[in-house]
This record gives sequence, structure tokens and C-alpha cells, in this order.
Amino acid sequence: MSEPLLQAVNLECERDERLLFHNLSFSILPGTVTRVEGPNGTGKTTLLRILAGLNDAYAGDLLWCGQARNRQRESFLRNTLYLGHRPGIKPLLTPLENLRALMAARRPVGDDTLLQALAGTGLAGFENVPCRNLSAGQQRRVALARLLIADEPLWLLDEVFTAIDADGVGAIEALLQQRAQEGGAVLVTTHHDLQLPGMNRITLGGAANEC
Amino acid sequence: MNAEFRPLLKPVDQAVGPVAAMVAVFARDVRVAFRQRQDLLNPLLFFVMVVTLFPLGVSPEVAFLKQSGAGILWVAALLSVLLSLDHLFRHDFDDGTLEQLVLQPQPLFLLILAKTLAHWILTGLPLVVLTPVLGIMVHLDGNSIAILCLTLLIGTPVLSLIGSIGAALTLGLRSAGVLLSLLIIPLYIPVLIFGTGTVAAATEGAPVAGYLALMGAFLVLALTLAPFASAAALRVSLSNS
Repeated sequence: MSEPLLQAVNLECERDERLLFHNLSFSILPGTVTRVEGPNGTGKTTLLRILAGLNDAYAGDLLWCGQARNRQRESFLRNTLYLGHRPGIKPLLTPLENLRALMAARRPVGDDTLLQALAGTGLAGFENVPCRNLSAGQQRRVALARLLIADEPLWLLDEVFTAIDADGVGAIEALLQQRAQEGGAVLVTTHHDLQLPGMNRITLGGAANEC
Repeated sequence: MNAEFRPLLKPVDQAVGPVAAMVAVFARDVRVAFRQRQDLLNPLLFFVMVVTLFPLGVSPEVAFLKQSGAGILWVAALLSVLLSLDHLFRHDFDDGTLEQLVLQPQPLFLLILAKTLAHWILTGLPLVVLTPVLGIMVHLDGNSIAILCLTLLIGTPVLSLIGSIGAALTLGLRSAGVLLSLLIIPLYIPVLIFGTGTVAAATEGAPVAGYLALMGAFLVLALTLAPFASAAALRVSLSNS
């Protein structure tokens, strides 16, 4: 199989004097979906933020394509898509404007493509409504529209199924699977019972009990 | 499994350049600000109110106002910029835009420079535009008003730039307002002293080139150093959230 995109070696994180995880090692290979699981408060979001490069409070090594991640930050950032709890949607802007602004940093995309992506997430007809007038699920969908046009090989998705209806959940599952088949790597945290064939798991929560 | 479906890592020559990314950040901030115009009016209204209330509260005498008018305007402008600083990153922090900004592949200090520039154009620049009107109100003569506008034009970007460091540092805190003022006011004092000093010198007919050169030096210093400090502070604030 091909080289791992992202590798964690002996990752350790402490938060508020509580050991969240230690000796955590894993590799994220292209063409795989990995689910981070564990009860609330075991550090799933913290782990994802560490992997994304938002949180530097960790010990251990992170390798991007076999080399230290922090030495090749630009290559890492250009090839990674992170969607957090708060997905970066401005309530005052319309879905189209939001998507345009988010994509502007990544690659130039025409409005046609953006409109198609919004339609693909079920937001056709809402393109020009300010996001604060949309429901929570619809606001999430604006952020998820990025997944339809994203070409980053590594996706880090935090609680991606929150506030999404049953049809939407099915569509996202299918999208993640298709993404893996295309050669992308996906890391998700979710409490939703995600079952995909060939899915990897990282289970957190064991380490916290030891100390 | 077909990993060869498309080239996995993006070649660098397809990257969005720093300038294009800066323009996008700037455009978004301006657009958001114009969707919420009352937030734009707030610092302006504060500026006008303080300057109007001073003659009423202290003394409406022409001699007093001529002497202290420039100082009043400078202090009011400084406080009004300070008042608007908390908004610089707060909304972006709350809705997650800031996380996405930090994760953009372009250098973060350039993106912050674009944000700070937007902040100055939306708060500092309108203050400079209003200054001639308020200057006439406090009986400043034409030459003093021109110099005052010039010092504010050089000085308010410095206020925004230095303020961005404080705003970034206090981002994760709940009662950020007080700490922000305490951190930033000492750094504002030199700008205030030289800003009002320039106008005082101009009123007495003394040469002002030296003062203006010093203020220009402040601006260059802030422009080159503050975005780096803000970027580092933002990373720390986000790391702790």
C-alpha cells in the first residue's frame, strides 16, 4: 500500500492536568476512512485540533508524508481540509459568499461550481439568503458544501453529522466512502454509529483511566 | 482501490498567492461590516460625542479650546479605536472563521495585516474624515486642522496595528475588555504624545517635519512588527481554546 499521509508517533496530550491520551501512534493512509471514537471528554476534538495544526500543546511527533509536519507547514496546510465544531460560516453573509470566501484561500473556483456544490447539499434556492436566517442544519450544510469541491487529500472532520437529517447523514457517509475510493484520506470524529466497510478506528478513553 | 485517481498532493505552482488571499480576507471583512452598519457607526458616534461634550463639560472659551482642542480630538480618537478593537477577531473566533484563517496555507501575518487594514479603513479612516468638522468646532485654525488630520492619518493605523496584538492575546478570555485596555494603553501613549506634540508645534509655528518623521517611524515599525506578534498571539489563543 502507498505511503502514509499523516503519521502520529507516541502522541501525548494533557489538558487541565488530566492526561487525555499518551503513547498514541497511528498512520493515516490514502484511501482510508478512520473514525476517532470514545466517550465525551476523552479528547477527540483535541486530537483533531492537534492533527490539524491548531493546537500545539502536545508531545510526540507528527509526520507529514514521512517528514516532520511543522517543517513543511505550507504543504501540509495546502493539502488538508479541517472542518471543526464551528465551521467558519459568517451569519451575515449568504451561503454563496461564505463558500466563495472559504474557497478563495484554497483554489480559484467559479461561481457555477459553488452553486452546484450548494445545490448538491440541498441548499438550492437558499444561495442568497443570509446564513443567520438558515437553520442550524442548513448552516452546517453550507460548510459541508466544501467537501463536494474540496481536492485536499486529507480531510479532518469534527462531528460532521451534527444537526444533519437522516438523508443528509446517508449522503455524507456515501461521500466519505467515495472519497476513500478516490484515494483521499478521511479522519472523522462522531457519535453517530458510522459503519463503513474497511473503516479504521482510533479509540480514545483508555489512557485516561490509567493515571 | 485506486490511489492514482488524481495526483495526491497539490503541486505548489497551483497555490493561491498571498496577495489574492489577502484581498479575499479584506473583501470579506468589509462586506460583513457593511451588513452590520450600526457597529461601524458606534466608534464614530463615540468620537463625535466625546468631542462635543468636552466644551460643555469643561469650558466653551475659545482660548481653552484652541489650546486643548487637538488633545481632545486625539484622546477621543484613541479611545474610539480602543472601543472597536475587541470586534477585530471576536466574531471570527466565535463562528470558526479564525480557525480556517490560521489553517490557510498563506503566511498568517499577511492575512492579519489584511484584516487590520480592513479594521483601519472601517474605523480609523472615518475618524480622520470627521476630524476637520470637529476641528472647526473646537476653534482650531486651518493649518492646525491640516496637521491634526495628517497626524491622525499616520497615527490611527498604528493604533489599529498595535491593538491587533492585544485583541489577539485576549481572545480566549471571557472578560477581555479590561485586560485589553490595560495591555494596549501604555503602548498607545507614545503615539498620543507625538500626535498632539506635532499639532502643538504647528500651532506655535515651529517646524513639524521631525515630529512627522518620528510618527512615520512608528507606523513603519508597527506595520512590520505588529502582524508577526498578532499572528503568534492568535496561534496561542487558538491553541488554548
